[in-house]
Order: sequence, then structure tokens, then C-alpha cells
Amino acid sequence: MRSIFNKTLLEIARENPRIFMILADIGYGEIEPFAKEFPDRFFNVGVAEQNMTGVACGVAMEGNIAITYSIANFPTLRCLEQIRNDVCYHNANVKIVIIGGGLAYGSLGVSHHSTEDLAIMRALPNMVVIAPSDFAEAKAAVRAMIEHDGPVYYRCGYKKEMDIHKEEIDFKIGRAIKVRDGSDMTLIYTGTIGYNVIQAADLLEKQGVHCCILSMHTVKPIDTEAIIKAAEETGAIVTIEEHNILGGLGGAVAEVLAEGCKSHVKFKRLGLPDVNVSKVGSQNWLLAQYGLDPEGITKSVRRLIET
Amino acid sequence: MKSLNEEKYKNLALKIRVHCLHMTHGGKSGHVGSMLSMADLLAVLYEKILRVDPKRPDWPERDRFILSKGHGGGAVYAVLAEKGFFPKEWLKTYYKDNGKLSGHISHHVPGVEFSTGSLGHGLPVAVGMALAARHRGDKHRIFCLMSDGDCDEGSTWEAIMFAAQHKFDNLIAIVDYNRVQALGHIKDVIELEPFSKKIEAFGWAVREIDGHNYEEIESALSNLPLEGGRPSFIIARTVKGKGVSWMEDTVSCHYGSVNDEELARALAELGEDI
Repeated sequence: MRSIFNKTLLEIARENPRIFMILADIGYGEIEPFAKEFPDRFFNVGVAEQNMTGVACGVAMEGNIAITYSIANFPTLRCLEQIRNDVCYHNANVKIVIIGGGLAYGSLGVSHHSTEDLAIMRALPNMVVIAPSDFAEAKAAVRAMIEHDGPVYYRCGYKKEMDIHKEEIDFKIGRAIKVRDGSDMTLIYTGTIGYNVIQAADLLEKQGVHCCILSMHTVKPIDTEAIIKAAEETGAIVTIEEHNILGGLGGAVAEVLAEGCKSHVKFKRLGLPDVNVSKVGSQNWLLAQYGLDPEGITKSVRRLIET
Repeated sequence: MKSLNEEKYKNLALKIRVHCLHMTHGGKSGHVGSMLSMADLLAVLYEKILRVDPKRPDWPERDRFILSKGHGGGAVYAVLAEKGFFPKEWLKTYYKDNGKLSGHISHHVPGVEFSTGSLGHGLPVAVGMALAARHRGDKHRIFCLMSDGDCDEGSTWEAIMFAAQHKFDNLIAIVDYNRVQALGHIKDVIELEPFSKKIEAFGWAVREIDGHNYEEIESALSNLPLEGGRPSFIIARTVKGKGVSWMEDTVSCHYGSVNDEELARALAELGEDI
């Protein structure tokens, strides 16, 4: 997915001379084409994320679109105050891009797990939070992010993600995409965990449970209408995210249901427990450890149905 | 030799100081010492140096001025009001409920380029603006006024290194070097000396001046960049609380506010009552 991101951004940068990349010494093997083609719009500030974000904000304040780019937590948590005070408060046109959302850098350890980002970015005024789930969404999301005037957080996957959408998608910020219809319950996911969700839905289908699936690629602003509709039509919602169980997609959906849904709805959030993931292993192995592989998701859904 | 503008600077600086005393007295708020120490720098900047237009605060060709020591924002509000960016009446609402002016500087106020308040934010943003200006071939300059506390922040040094790497000579950092920070004199907290040598070693052109001497301020700021191909760094030696005898060079004037009796005494010392 990171290659799709960079390729798409480069295409847009050819049409849009206001796009700058300001990065902090991360992106080897991916960012070189942009750097080569637009050396006067590409700046590596060195290993200095606070300065990266401040500089990007200054560039954006002058009528440009500035992309900050790094992996995992580096462009968010290290420079969170710059994002809050400089970027969000001034509604500056800065796009914060991470490569490797969730546990993509699994074996590298806790420092490289981006598992609280959705909650933290979601709490910032003016910030749009996007987590595409496959290449089609990733590509469309780059364009949507650039077209949006204001701060955007873009949680990119890593590499070799599987396709979810078989057909053309209509990607709009704040509008969920219905991946599959189903009448028994609705699975709402965000980001690249989506592929596990699809597989879980296939397993459930074989067991006679027909799941509606929504790709909630935009965690903020959340698609309230789609959530309420799904709740009322299917009567049960399960959210799935590669993120701490607190404050991310599940939290956002819970807020919508608690305040806006008139009928009784069965509800379950699936995500990582509120712990530091200190186990060592690949993304898929870690996800299985926490019940976020297709089988684990299937079991949780069944438990909800049977209660 | 005295500057021809000496009287103008003196008058404007006096007005800034008097406003700041009234504002912090009225708001029962702190940071008056940080405002008083940079009053002379602001007077020269706004009287002579900055190309800004109160009628068109968003004029694209304006010089950009970022106050990184946002806690001293009252002094910038004072000079902006004096220069006609907004009505002086607004100053009376400083720090108050439903006020026009917040304790730390806000871009919601006409003439304010950027909001700050947490230290170490101004210079990176100023560097970004310098980058954008050079990219577009714009001729305006970017000024960033900082405190010694600003220079404790790692992000400031990140920006210092990046600006030198790219030789942004449209960028001017000024430090209001009053050598007193929130909890103590900098010699007892984080000593910055040898300050100018450090900055020079980081690739900037540096000049040290007396930040209360109008001729020195004017001379340094009228000959920018200090050196072609390098960002300029002006270390303005100032006195915290300058102009009010019992505040000068004290730690207490960082947070302390001004009571009725102190206000009267301070105004009397300044020889003014507006």
C-alpha cells in the first residue's frame, strides 16, 4: 500500500505544484521518485519530527499543501503538540501520513506499533482521520486527502495487502463504503484489518450468518447515518480495528449508537486489549494472538449472536 | 550616534510598557516582565523595520513576524493597537471573560501571524515560511522573536540546523535574551553561553546587541541578512522587567501580576499615566 500511496502522490504532484513533501529521514526505497522529480518541493529535515511538522505548517500557511511522512508513531506522537497547536489550531493544510498502521511493523516492537493513533488524532479539532483498507481505497484516499482543505491524518498500510473491493469504489471522506450486504448483523472495520474481516464474514456465511460489511475508511468525521442505518436494519454491530480498544473506531461507533440509535442493538468492539503489545511476532501472528485473525473475529461474532 | 528615530522609538516603547502594565493589572495576569524586556525591540521593529500594513494585515508581501515567546503576547497586542491594526479599546479586554485578546498570542487578532504559547514552536514554522517564500521567489522576510526559554527546546535547535543546511537568508531569529526564565536565572537553570559561538557553530550569522539601545537595534535590523547565504541570529541582551526598577532582572516578574499600588508606582517611574 505504501507504494500505491507514493505513486499516487507523485501523479498528483505533477498536476499540483503546491504539494511539498517534508519528511524526517524515513521512506527509503519509496520516496526517491518524488525527491528526484521535485527536488525543490522535497525536504528531508533529518531525524527531527517536531521540526518536520513545524516546517510543514509554515509551508502550508503560505498557501501550499505539505505532506509529513514517516512510519508508525513517528509523525504523530513525537510531534503531537506541533500537530495540535500549529497544524490543527491554524487549520493548516498539512497531511500527516504514516506508513505501517497498527501492528504492520510487528516484530520491531512496541516503539513501532501505531495502535493509539486513531484515538489521539480523532480528538484533535479540525483533523480528518482516514485509514484505507486496500489499494483501491488507498489510491482514492490520497486524492481525497489532497482535495480536502485542512489537516488530514492518513493511516497507510505497509505492503502486500490483499484487495477487498472488486469493483470501482466511490470514495468520499466521511462516507462509509458498503462492501457486502447482509441481514443478520453488520461488521464495521477500518484500515487493513478489513481483509481479515472479509474472511471472517466468509466463514460466518458458511455457518449461515449473513453479515453486512462497512468499510469505515474515515474514522473522523464518522459516518453517523450509515452506522444508525446498519444498526436499525441488522440489529447487531461489531467493530473491528487494529488499534487499542479505547477511543478508536469502536469508541466512535459506540458514541454514535449510544446517542443516536433508537432501537436496541447488540454491540461489540474488537481491537487490541489496553496493553503494550510486547509479544514478538509478525503482524498476522500478533493479530491472531489477540483474536483479530479471521477465526478469532468469527468466534467473537458468534459469541455476540449467541448472547 | 543616536538614531534619527530615537524619539519615536522611545515614545512607542513607553506606550507598549504602559499598556502592558495596565493589561496585566486588569487581567490579574503574569508575564509582564517578559513583555517589558522586549518593548524596545518591538518599537523598532514596528516603527521602522517590518513591512506591514495595518489596513491590510493579510497583504501577501508583508514581512512575517512570529512571536515564539507567546506568553509575552500582550506586548505585541499593545504595539499592534498603537499601529492601528485594531482598536486600542480591545486592550482593556485582555485576559478577561469574552475578551478580544488571550493571554498567549493568537492569530485570531488582526496583525498576528501565528499563535504560540508553548515554547519551541515559532522557529520551525518560521523556517517553513522561509522555505515557501524562497520557493516562490518572494522578497518578504520572516522574523521570529524568541526567548531564552525557547532555546531550551529541542525543536528550536532542530530548526536552527535545518535553516542553516538550506541557507535561508530570508529568515531572522531574534532572542530577547533577558537571561531569566520561569523558575530562575538561566545561569542556574540552563546556561546558554557561549551563546553566539554556539549559534555561529551551527551555521548562522550572529550579532549581539544591547536590546534596549535603539541605535544598536536599528543598525542590526536595517542590515539584513547579516551575511548573504546564512540565516541571521540576533542576540538582544535585555533586562527582564525593564523600566520598572523593582521588577528588573527578577524571577518574580515572570509570573507575578501587578496590584493597584504597584501599577501606580510603575506608571510614576515611567513618568506616564495613560
